[in-house]
Amino acid sequence: MTLLSLTDLAVTLRNRPVFSGVSLTIGEGELVGLIGPNGAGKTTLMRSALGLLPIQSGQSSLAAMSTADRARAVAWMPQAREIAWPVPVERLVALGRLPYLPISGKIPPADQEKIDAAIAYLGLEEFRARAASRLSGGEQARALIARAIAQDTPLLMTDEPIAGLDPAHQIATMQVFADLARHGRSTLVSLHDLGLAARHCTRLVLLAEGGILADGAPEDVLTDALLARAFGVTAWHQQTSSGPVFQPLEVI
Amino acid sequence: MRLFLILATLVTVLFAVSLTIGPAETGGLQSLAALLTGSDGPLPMVMREIRLPRALLAALIGGGLGMAGAALQGYLRNPLAEPGLIGVSGSAAFGAVLALQAGLTATATLGLPLAALLGAVVGVFLVMGLAGARGGSLTLILAGIAISALAGALTSLVLNLSPNPFAANDIVFWMMGSLADRSMTHLWLALPFIVIGAGLLASTARGLDALTLGEDAAETLGLSLSRLRLLVVLGTAAIVGGATAVAGSIGFVGLVVPHILRPFVGAQPSRLLWASALGGAALLLMADISVRVILPDRDLKLGVVTALIGAPLFLHLIFKTRRELP
Repeated sequence: MTLLSLTDLAVTLRNRPVFSGVSLTIGEGELVGLIGPNGAGKTTLMRSALGLLPIQSGQSSLAAMSTADRARAVAWMPQAREIAWPVPVERLVALGRLPYLPISGKIPPADQEKIDAAIAYLGLEEFRARAASRLSGGEQARALIARAIAQDTPLLMTDEPIAGLDPAHQIATMQVFADLARHGRSTLVSLHDLGLAARHCTRLVLLAEGGILADGAPEDVLTDALLARAFGVTAWHQQTSSGPVFQPLEVI
Repeated sequence: MRLFLILATLVTVLFAVSLTIGPAETGGLQSLAALLTGSDGPLPMVMREIRLPRALLAALIGGGLGMAGAALQGYLRNPLAEPGLIGVSGSAAFGAVLALQAGLTATATLGLPLAALLGAVVGVFLVMGLAGARGGSLTLILAGIAISALAGALTSLVLNLSPNPFAANDIVFWMMGSLADRSMTHLWLALPFIVIGAGLLASTARGLDALTLGEDAAETLGLSLSRLRLLVVLGTAAIVGGATAVAGSIGFVGLVVPHILRPFVGAQPSRLLWASALGGAALLLMADISVRVILPDRDLKLGVVTALIGAPLFLHLIFKTRRELP
């Protein structure tokens, strides 16, 4: 089943064309890494695919949906980890169930189970009653991922979820997305850490020069030629006994 | 649930106390009995025509202002937002000032409140027009500040050029806010606006919760941001317009009440709405009781007392916030 399909998408912001001719489909069980240099339009691509930005031409399957249907089709985690009020972690995670709740706002037992499962999945039990806005950056990121998982959508889109996290939190976060993919739920994640992208993503999409430069398995996208062209760097990339290892080396 | 019971009890007790206070010296139980039995005579008359509308208006307006403050803080995700921010109280006050200056109050009893309501309606249309149909909270704040400043300047202009010192005096006192000598007519005038406004704000509860995660995430949770903004602005405008029309400018209630109650509802914007409604009613009843108890012979103004109560509470909050900072 196709969870996201972009056809010939083009976006212009403030009279500046960001990208054009972007076509992309994401099916079940994929962890797709969206990579590209700063300003390539990764955030713009994700927001326009969601229908949060006006699209000049082309189609997005998610943007075509009603807001209510979209809320059941995709969960979105913006880059700014915004938690406006010191709500308890449990209430924050429960926000993911908003699209499903009855008018009364009461949380039915089935929904509460999903909330509990998401909290347990991210190991947040001890923070349940703590104010989410007062947690550390890594804990906030985990709480927000739990919120997105509680939304229980087949697709998760997340913008630089591992930026500013320590190595353990970065790896754990990518493992959560990889585990979701093994259970059939797909994730489109934008990230700058190509090493983590190489190790965890099932597929990489390279956005540069106003369009998709490459789309495929990590080893096919992270080639010397493409890296030089898109990022202007050289890199060491090997298949080792402990998995693929990727390390950028020099600016060309 | 416990908080609800505490606040509801507080409001009930303060409401009863408010009914027993006035220049006509009577025992508390005696006056309550007079109201309930509804017999003829001076005391039941005083109760029905003077004290009851006053207590009802205090509860209604306080509740409305508290709820509007909670809704605006939730929508703007800013604990310093207050109902006056969207410019409606300023424009309502300007409408009232024009009516006072033109002497409308002498010819028609309802001239002043109706002029204030008209000012509020004009103000809300201007703010919505300036802020645009789509657009974030920032344009709304800017439009609100612009309209408030304009209404304030025009009010000052009227005072400045007023040829009649008595009218100027009236204007200054009216702007301080009061619930003295209000009748049931005033209640019936304000009631529909405040009830409709509260209904509109109550329907935003889920959206305000979703906004905890920011505008983008809230929108992907199935929320329509433009609809939410329309509901918040119209709801607040209806409440503030209705309240200002019959009671003048009453500050601090919408700012302080949600701030005090936030920790008791787990900071959840939806629960803060009804809690602030009850809390606002309690605070304004308390202030209106103080007005009559502290200086019964002088016409102490309600807005002065809410500011006097509100400012120290706010200072306390500042110190609390400072202690929590690293």
